[in-house]
Amino acid sequence: MSNDTNNKTTFQNPLSGGKTLFEKIWDTHIVKSIPDGPDVLYIDKHFIHEVTSPQAFAGIEKRGLQLSRPDKTVATADHNVPTVNQHLPIKDQLSRLQVEQLISNCSKHGVELYGLGHPYQGIVHVIGPELGITQPGMTIVCGDSHTSTHGAFGSIAFGIGTSEVEMVFASQCVLQSRPKLMRINIEGTLNNGVVSKDIILYIISKIRSSGATGYFVEFAGSAIRSLSMEARMTICNMSIEMGARGGMIAPDETTFNYIKGRQFAPVGEAWDNALKHWKTLFTDDNAKFDKEISINASDIEPMITYGTNPGLGIAINGLIPTLESIPDEGERKNIVKALEYMGLKAGGSLQGMPVQNIFIGSCTNSRIEDLRLVAGIVKGKKKNEHVKVMIVPGSQQIAAQAKAEGLNQIFEDAGFEVRQAGCSACLGMNEDKIPAGEYCISTSNRNFEGRQGAGARTLLASPLTAAAAAITGVVTDVRELLQ
Amino acid sequence: MESLQTIHSTFIPLRLENVDTDQIIPARFLKATTKDGFGKNLFRDWRYENNDETTPKADFVLNNPYYSGEILVAGKNFGCGSSREHAAWSLLDYGFRVVVSSFFADIFKNNALNNGVLPVQVSDEFLQKIFEQDNTSTLTINLEQQTIAIDATGEQETFEINNYKKTCLLNGYDDIDFLLSIKEDITAFEKQPA
Repeated sequence: MSNDTNNKTTFQNPLSGGKTLFEKIWDTHIVKSIPDGPDVLYIDKHFIHEVTSPQAFAGIEKRGLQLSRPDKTVATADHNVPTVNQHLPIKDQLSRLQVEQLISNCSKHGVELYGLGHPYQGIVHVIGPELGITQPGMTIVCGDSHTSTHGAFGSIAFGIGTSEVEMVFASQCVLQSRPKLMRINIEGTLNNGVVSKDIILYIISKIRSSGATGYFVEFAGSAIRSLSMEARMTICNMSIEMGARGGMIAPDETTFNYIKGRQFAPVGEAWDNALKHWKTLFTDDNAKFDKEISINASDIEPMITYGTNPGLGIAINGLIPTLESIPDEGERKNIVKALEYMGLKAGGSLQGMPVQNIFIGSCTNSRIEDLRLVAGIVKGKKKNEHVKVMIVPGSQQIAAQAKAEGLNQIFEDAGFEVRQAGCSACLGMNEDKIPAGEYCISTSNRNFEGRQGAGARTLLASPLTAAAAAITGVVTDVRELLQ
Repeated sequence: MESLQTIHSTFIPLRLENVDTDQIIPARFLKATTKDGFGKNLFRDWRYENNDETTPKADFVLNNPYYSGEILVAGKNFGCGSSREHAAWSLLDYGFRVVVSSFFADIFKNNALNNGVLPVQVSDEFLQKIFEQDNTSTLTINLEQQTIAIDATGEQETFEINNYKKTCLLNGYDDIDFLLSIKEDITAFEKQPA
C-alpha cells in the first residue's frame, strides 16, 4: 500500500500564482475534464461498509463487471453492528443479512474486510487513519458523509452516494465538479476546558449548517497547528455539518509522526520518498481562496447545541437566542420547530438542566485521546445515579489500548457501560438508541430529529462536557470540575 | 436510469428549511440490500405517529389529500446531512421526479441526479411565489430549456445544471457508461510514473 501515494510533482505555472493544498492534490488526480461538466477524479483509496455498498456491488454484477481495483478498497462493518456480544450471531435479522452480504461481496470481489471479530474492525473513519492507510496527498472516498475526517492528514476526502460507490468499483474514478475553496484560520491559544470539538461547533454555529455548501474547506492557523491528529480529525469530521464537501489540514511533523510505524505506513525508501512528497503539500503563500474566515481561538468557550441541526449551538454558559433576535423568518420558524422538538425555551439557559443519557463515541470523538479526556474527568468518581452512560470506542485497537491503559477500569468504576466498537447511538441503526423524549449529551456529530432514536433529544458537545454531565447528571460547564 | 425531459404537475409544498436526510429516510430503514421499496418510509417519523405506520400524522403535508403531484417543493438547504442515497431512492419510489428548493446540499444533489430525480434550485423569491399557489396550481419544468414556470401566473425562472448531467438526464445515460467509455484514459493515468 505504501506506493499508493501519488508522488507526481506538482507543475506550477509561475504566472498563475501559487496553489492551494486542495489544488495541488486535485489537479494531479484529474484523469480527464469534461467541458461544462465535472472532472473525472482518480481515487487512491476507497473505504466501504455494510450499509451503502450492497446496491453498488449488485450494480456492477448486473453489468457483468469486476471491481476495477480491489487492492485500493478496504471494508469494515460498523454502522449497524451490535456493540455487545459481537462474537455471537447478530440478533437483528436485517442487520445480520446486510453484514453477511458484505462478507460475501468482499470475498467474491477480493476486497480486504476487517469485519466483526477482526482486530482491525471499527468505525471506518477511525480505522483508516489508525492503520496508516490514510495518507497525505491521497484522494479518498467512502459512502459516508463523514469521510471528510481523513482530510486531517492533508488528503482530499469526501462522502459519496451509492451510485458513486458503484462508479469507483467500476472505474476507480468519480465524476466531481471542482468545488469552491474556503480557508478558515484559527489563531491563538485555546481556553482551559476547550477542545477541538468546541472549535468546530463554534465555527458551525457562526457560519450555520449550510454556510460552507459548495466549498472545500482548509483549516489553518496556529490553533490548528497545535492540535494532535485525533483533534484535527474531529474538526475535519464535522466539516460536512456546515455543508462543506470536505475539510482538510496541511500535513506537518505531527501528521508524519502519527503515521510513521503504523501497519500500512510506507517503510524504508518508500517512507523517505513519501515524506519528500508530503512536505510539498501546503498552500502556497500567494494562493487564492474564494472565501476566507478568521477566528480567534480565545473567543471559543465549551460549546453545546440546543436545536436539531449542528449549527444551533451556544457557549455552555450562554443563552439560547430569543426569537426576536432572529431576523430571518424561515430560520425563526425552524428554530421554533427545533425548540418544540427539544422541549426547550427561547432565551433560556441549558446549564443545570437534567439529562438522562450520555453517549461517548462516534467517528467524531471515539479515539484514544477522547477516552483519555473523559477518564481525566471521571477518575475516582461515580456517575450520577440518574444518567445512563454509554462509552463506545471507535475500534478494536482503541478498545484494547483503553484496557491496557487502565481507562476501562476507570469507566467501569464510574458506572459507565463500556461497549464494543461501532457507530452505535450516533445514528441509532443498531439497538443502541436513546428513548423518546429523553435528553442525551452526545459526542457525536448530528442532533437531527430522531437521529439517536425516534423522539430522542440530542445535545452535541465535547468529550469533556459529556464527562462532566455524566458525573453531575446535569448540563455542566466542565471548567467547574477542572478548577 | 429513466430519462427526464419535461415535467408538468401539481406539487406538494413542504414549508420547512434544512430538511436533512435523516428525516427523508431514518437510519433504521437503511438495512435493505436493494434499492426498492423505500417510498413507504419516506419522511417516516413526520408521516406517522410513534413509529406506527397505521396512524398518519394529520398535519403532515404528505398525508393531506388536498395536495398531490410528482414535484416536491421545500425550503432551503434540502437534503443536508448523511450521504445516504436511500434519500433519493425513497423520493423516487414515492413518485417524485423533481425537488424544488432555494438551496440544496451537495451530496444529495449528486445522488438525486444519479437517480433521475431533478433538483431545481430557484431564488428565495420564486420559492415564496410557488408556496403562495394553491393545490390546483401546476408547475412546468423544462430540462432542455432549463426553465421552471408557474403555469397559472406565467412567471418563470431559469435554473442551473451542468451540460454533462443535463445530457445524461435527457437521455437516461448514467455515469458508469461514460466512465467505462474512457477506460483507456484511466488505465493510462494509472500507468503514469509515480
